[in-house]
Amino acid sequence: MVDSATSFRRPATLTFGHLETFHGGLKLAGHRELTAAKPILPAGVPPLLTLPLQQHIGTAAECLVQPGDAVYKGQLIARQVGRISAALHASSSGTVIAVEERPVPHPSGLHAPCIVIETDGLDQFHDTVPVALEYTRLQAGELCDHIRGAGIVGLGGAGFPTHVKLGCNTDGIELLLINAVECEPYIACDNRLMQERAAEVIEGVRILQHAVRPQNCIIAIEDGMPEAEAALRTVLAADNETGITVTRVPEIYPSGGERQLIRILTGREVPSQGFPADIGIICQNVGTAAAVYNAVIRRQPLLSRIVTVTGEGVLRPQNFETLIGTPVSHLIDCAGGYTQDVERLLIGGPMMGYAVTDDQIPVTKTMNCILAVTRTEMPPPPPAQPCIRCGKCTEVCPADLLPQQLYWYAHSSNLDAAQDYSLFDCIECGCCAYVCPSHIPLVQYYRHAKTEIWAREKRTMASDLARQRHEARLSRLDRIKQEREARMARKKQALAGNNVSSEIKKATIQAALERVKRKKQQAATTPKNVDNLTAEQQQLIAAADRRRQQKNKDNRTE
Amino acid sequence: MEFKTYSSPHLPVSDSVSAMMQRVLLALSPGIAYICCIFGWGSLINILLASLSALVAEAAVLKLRQRPATTLLDGSALVTAVLLALALPPLVPWWIPVIGSLFAIVIAKQLYGGLGYNPFNPAMAGYVVLLISFPLELSLWPVPGAGLSLSDTLVHVFGAGLPADQTLDTLTMATPMDDIKMRLGLSQTLSEMQDSPLFGSFAGAQWEWINLWFMIGGLWLLQMRVIQWQIPAGMLGGLAFIAFVFYAINPDIYTSPLFQLFSGAAMLGAFFIATDPVSACTTPRGRLYYGLGIGLLTYLIRTWGGYPEGIAFAVLLMNMAAPTIDHYTRPRVFGHTN
Repeated sequence: MVDSATSFRRPATLTFGHLETFHGGLKLAGHRELTAAKPILPAGVPPLLTLPLQQHIGTAAECLVQPGDAVYKGQLIARQVGRISAALHASSSGTVIAVEERPVPHPSGLHAPCIVIETDGLDQFHDTVPVALEYTRLQAGELCDHIRGAGIVGLGGAGFPTHVKLGCNTDGIELLLINAVECEPYIACDNRLMQERAAEVIEGVRILQHAVRPQNCIIAIEDGMPEAEAALRTVLAADNETGITVTRVPEIYPSGGERQLIRILTGREVPSQGFPADIGIICQNVGTAAAVYNAVIRRQPLLSRIVTVTGEGVLRPQNFETLIGTPVSHLIDCAGGYTQDVERLLIGGPMMGYAVTDDQIPVTKTMNCILAVTRTEMPPPPPAQPCIRCGKCTEVCPADLLPQQLYWYAHSSNLDAAQDYSLFDCIECGCCAYVCPSHIPLVQYYRHAKTEIWAREKRTMASDLARQRHEARLSRLDRIKQEREARMARKKQALAGNNVSSEIKKATIQAALERVKRKKQQAATTPKNVDNLTAEQQQLIAAADRRRQQKNKDNRTE
Repeated sequence: MEFKTYSSPHLPVSDSVSAMMQRVLLALSPGIAYICCIFGWGSLINILLASLSALVAEAAVLKLRQRPATTLLDGSALVTAVLLALALPPLVPWWIPVIGSLFAIVIAKQLYGGLGYNPFNPAMAGYVVLLISFPLELSLWPVPGAGLSLSDTLVHVFGAGLPADQTLDTLTMATPMDDIKMRLGLSQTLSEMQDSPLFGSFAGAQWEWINLWFMIGGLWLLQMRVIQWQIPAGMLGGLAFIAFVFYAINPDIYTSPLFQLFSGAAMLGAFFIATDPVSACTTPRGRLYYGLGIGLLTYLIRTWGGYPEGIAFAVLLMNMAAPTIDHYTRPRVFGHTN
């Protein structure tokens, strides 16, 4: 699969206006009327903010503060580590009271390192007055650095650090695609954002345009949001130099999936293991564009986001401008609290979101929706029945997979076969499980199989490492042994040689003895030219003798 | 407070196996009604006998296998029984549908692991066992319109003989397809037979309408997305294609594609039998080939085989090929090059 990115068919030019389709998908009831017509309200400053160090794809940020530190709003409290990572800022002013593991939004109720801030209610920024960047004068790289510094990640749900997308291969980007297709039912935060802050969104898109310099720029918006679309068009009508097109795409779930949306608009498919940039496209969520506007024009890092709090399980469904780190329970209170018959609390939409057991978790950068539902709204799933191979799952799969085969393989833990049937191309959109007449929790099986495969790969890597170490040790021991044996053999040979050639040895000793004898005789011979010497000469000789004696003595003692 | 957790997606379920099976039964009903109009009460009695024995057999096996009884109510056993009963001539003794049903449910379905695990179409497996074991009983189709009264039919079915003025010979006759095959064997040509009453408006007398009603039911199933188009289209297309080839070569000894499509169990087979999802192919392209194979084999068996109708054998043969076809017809995954 490595070469799929390069060998992938890429049409010479992009043609727009004609919309393509992707395979499968579902027409779902929107349920957005609960919040789409109501204004975004501020959720306020909660007494405690809990900021997980990992709210993005990649490496967790590194904490820069200690308990007891006072922080101002917008202060960098954890820095980016490595390329794919994101900075984290204090979303309000106050005191750090803990840096420890706390429950974070996760399907398994995971605990992860968090910075906990007790807010002082002043919500105070640093004293320096920020000045808007004149981004048009900046190089793309500098602009990208500012966006990185603001800790912006994709706000659509995946949380991929925005600067990484902007920084990769920006020459040759044909299309900057702004994803405003909020395709999951119930969610309306992007819809409200566009209705209320269209100018900021458009300005944010223009900043992104400046950073990426794409040949084309499209804002893709779903069929069912006429008000948001009208707001965008009004802003764009005032300035026709933007080069931004607004395109409406049909209301078919999951048309807001990055790959599906690219397919709809361009007919191109992002290679299986690749990124949109591989086919000349960069895709950003519309909320991310607004966050970029905040970072560049208001000079504010990512401190808050809009969260849809909805479902029949809350009294007053609404979209809230929420500080990152706000407890979900605080937002529920803002929405009037739970109704009597609330039964399930979902983070995210009803198709891809996950259920959590309690609301004592913080809002993160990627949390777009909190959905509290009642038993009548979403009854518990009926018990699963045997698969009858009806193939409805295959019909709706937007990744063109055979979900039913994947199920058989995942069910029987035949992980190799599951991988062979492209398990990792599954985007877990839930279409297959939704249509399954046997009510099999298919997505759960796929997730389980993926986790198993990851665990297996980890084990394989660990065992590979252990084996390599073991083999290295064996070869080292072997080498030492061989060297010792070789040494022994040489010694042995030498000894054996002594026995055989004692004549040679005797001769050698004899020669040595004679050499010593000759030297001694030489030393004992008196010089012949010492007769008739002057006293002066005698003295010099005596001095030389003394020196020689001294030297001999020195040599001996050395 | 503690919330309940389930795996995504969370939206309420959109369909169920039992609802699908109910739709299949509903789609069969116009055809069943028409058969009863022409051939009398026999088919209805077959359906009741087959269904009752199927449910009893399923319940017994589920109990023996210590499985929950929920699958008893999913309607799958009922659909198997009804399809088997519809394949049988209306005036067969009571033990024929009972034996067929027992074999279909106990051997062909449950012994392989129950719903979802049987490699062969249970209804067709049951039918073929009957066809091989009791060929005479399975060849006696009534004369259209000469149906017995309900009480007379019941008396006959349970082995107490026919009314005094009736014999089995006067009541039954060969089906048009059977008849044509026999006459062709006697060196008659189709043009010579053209005026005989065995032909209707465009295919075999009465059978054309039976097929039409099953086709209407099948199209409704397509519309309701209980079945997909590939298998019916493949089967009918394959059958029509090969029939056309031979019809073009010699229309005097080979019946027309239209006759083939509206005779015997063609429409019942294409929309209700071949589409049994458990034993069929599962990939979209594979289903097309699977249907095509059934269509071609049906024609071969109908034309040159020893049995009047070939669908049951064709379906069972293609059942065997289904896993292999699936293996070679995997769709291109999104973002992959091939």
